[in-house]
Amino acid sequence: MKVPTVKLLKRCAMAAIVIASTAFAASGDASGPAPAFTLTALTGQQAALSQYKGQVVMVNFWATWCGPCQQEMPLLDQMYKKYKPAGFTLIGVNVDKDAPPVKELLARKPVSFPVLLDPANQVSKAYHVDEMPSSVIIDRKGEIRYIHRGYRPGDENEYQDRIRQLIRE
Amino acid sequence: MKSFPRHLSRLAALAALSLMCVAGAAVLPDDRADLFWSQYKGGGMDIKGESVLVRKKFSEQFAVEANYFVDKVSGASVDVLSNASVIKDERKQKSLSLDYIHDKTQYNLSYTNSTERDYISNTTHFSLSQDMFGDLTTVTLGFTDSRNKVGENNGTAFVPKIAWLGHAESRSYEGGLSQVITKNLITGVTLEVITDQGLLSNPYRSIRYLDPTVPLGYSLGTQVYPNTHTSTAVEARAKYYLPYRAAASVSYRYFSDTWGINANTIELGYTQPVSNKFIFEGRVRHYSQNHATFYSDLFPFANSQNFEARDQNLAASTNNTFDGKVTWAFAPEGFLVFKRATVSFDVTRIQFKYSDFRNIKNFNNTPLGGGYQPGTEPLYGFDAMVYQAYLSMFF
Amino acid sequence: MDTSLKPAVGTSLKAAVVGVGLLLGACSSIQPWVKPYERDRLADPIMSWDRDAISGAYMDHIYESREGSRGATGTAGGGCGCN
Repeated sequence: MKVPTVKLLKRCAMAAIVIASTAFAASGDASGPAPAFTLTALTGQQAALSQYKGQVVMVNFWATWCGPCQQEMPLLDQMYKKYKPAGFTLIGVNVDKDAPPVKELLARKPVSFPVLLDPANQVSKAYHVDEMPSSVIIDRKGEIRYIHRGYRPGDENEYQDRIRQLIRE
Repeated sequence: MKSFPRHLSRLAALAALSLMCVAGAAVLPDDRADLFWSQYKGGGMDIKGESVLVRKKFSEQFAVEANYFVDKVSGASVDVLSNASVIKDERKQKSLSLDYIHDKTQYNLSYTNSTERDYISNTTHFSLSQDMFGDLTTVTLGFTDSRNKVGENNGTAFVPKIAWLGHAESRSYEGGLSQVITKNLITGVTLEVITDQGLLSNPYRSIRYLDPTVPLGYSLGTQVYPNTHTSTAVEARAKYYLPYRAAASVSYRYFSDTWGINANTIELGYTQPVSNKFIFEGRVRHYSQNHATFYSDLFPFANSQNFEARDQNLAASTNNTFDGKVTWAFAPEGFLVFKRATVSFDVTRIQFKYSDFRNIKNFNNTPLGGGYQPGTEPLYGFDAMVYQAYLSMFF
Repeated sequence: MDTSLKPAVGTSLKAAVVGVGLLLGACSSIQPWVKPYERDRLADPIMSWDRDAISGAYMDHIYESREGSRGATGTAGGGCGCN
């Protein structure tokens, strides 16, 4: 009994891994116009994506309850400060349902890039966000060029490569 | 003469490994250090436990966890039919666990050694966990191998004389599926098949059979167990986030084995956080099992069957648990080098009732077994209280 | 005395594993219906299966040493689903 059970379990494990590896989307090049949006910042001011046309824009979707999102924030902040003079802007879109935890987190760990709130998740839906965090890089003409899903240490190098490429265009 | 429940080391080791393998979805848990104290009092036994656990990430992909657990037993359980009134023993358990994450897969490898005077157990475990379908589904497969050396103390608690009687081996194959159903509801199902072989009986327990030739009316004999045992357990569970911030859970487990035991376990839990400082939890659990085919409280005569047992664990029984726990986040902003710290207190009451195991210990030294005809002694039952306190520091 | 493996045990295990395999095969084209930005409640620590691992293992060990049954006491999964 032991031998067939182990073989069967091993086979199903292999099947599970193969199927799983095809079932989720990887980061990569993308195309299409970036859906327009207007959201409110924590300060109460409204901001629209169209304001940034002509610049390279990275829209980063994050939440207070998402660990990897927190990890990446300081690196995004550094990247924003570095490339802003060259015509780059980073917009943080927070998907929390309530504002207080967002205010509290940003009070403890402030960032210099604009943070907009999307509690109704309309923008997340429009951008088909299927992983947390997700970063969408948009070129000067308002076209989506790259989508990065998830965050692992070292991914910020990929972001920088893409941003530099689009700034040069 | 030892009274601590048999196979405790192996079972504890398996349980310890299950703690090592609780995998989150593709992100390693925070580094932590825990100090744990516990006390079990019931059925004539008093067991104090202490444990230390440390977990550290060495990169975003790799973490190591080490755990040390000591149990100190004193007292004697009702099925140890001897005149020894004070039993003292100590069990030491050490475990080391490695976690590795790559993409959506988490791997775990662990090793546990449990040692007491008359039982040594070495257990290795490997599992892998895969997230899929937008991380709504997690599939887990696990394998555990345990090698045990079984002995018997023929001396006393203070002057032991250990005789090593044999070996036992155990293999477990486990598969689990966790599924997010809605943003408020998560469910899971686990299947585990365990096969043991070797010396599987507790050398300190005996059977009894009717013996009209002695005043007591019965005589003791040696337990004879089959040298193989295979069991299957399936558990289904669900946890629901209530409209206000609280969670309710339910789980049901069905068990069946080749020794004829079928058991059902049902558990309900409720978790209520209060502000961001306290979490209160309550749990009730009901368990019932029938007896093993070769179990009897009183056999009709000597050697009436090929396999005979009178171990409490194989009797028809039920038990009910009521448990309350409070966790206090006394340092949510951290203290010293820790990011946050919590302390928890847990009190559990378990009521055990046996339908075909009789309490003969209190009567076997009195004339004619306390006046009871063999087989009419009161059915056994007892209450146990379990106290736990632990300090968890996250960094 | 039946001390050999019950055919039922082997069959139930095989059935469960094949069932999971079929589920995985059939579902590879289904899109996740709970979006990652809707997972805040699932990521809440009160929704984890076992917040205190030592305590969970300790209680499992108490039950296993007093009862005739064992196994199937843990599941992975849930959480924020990040990465």
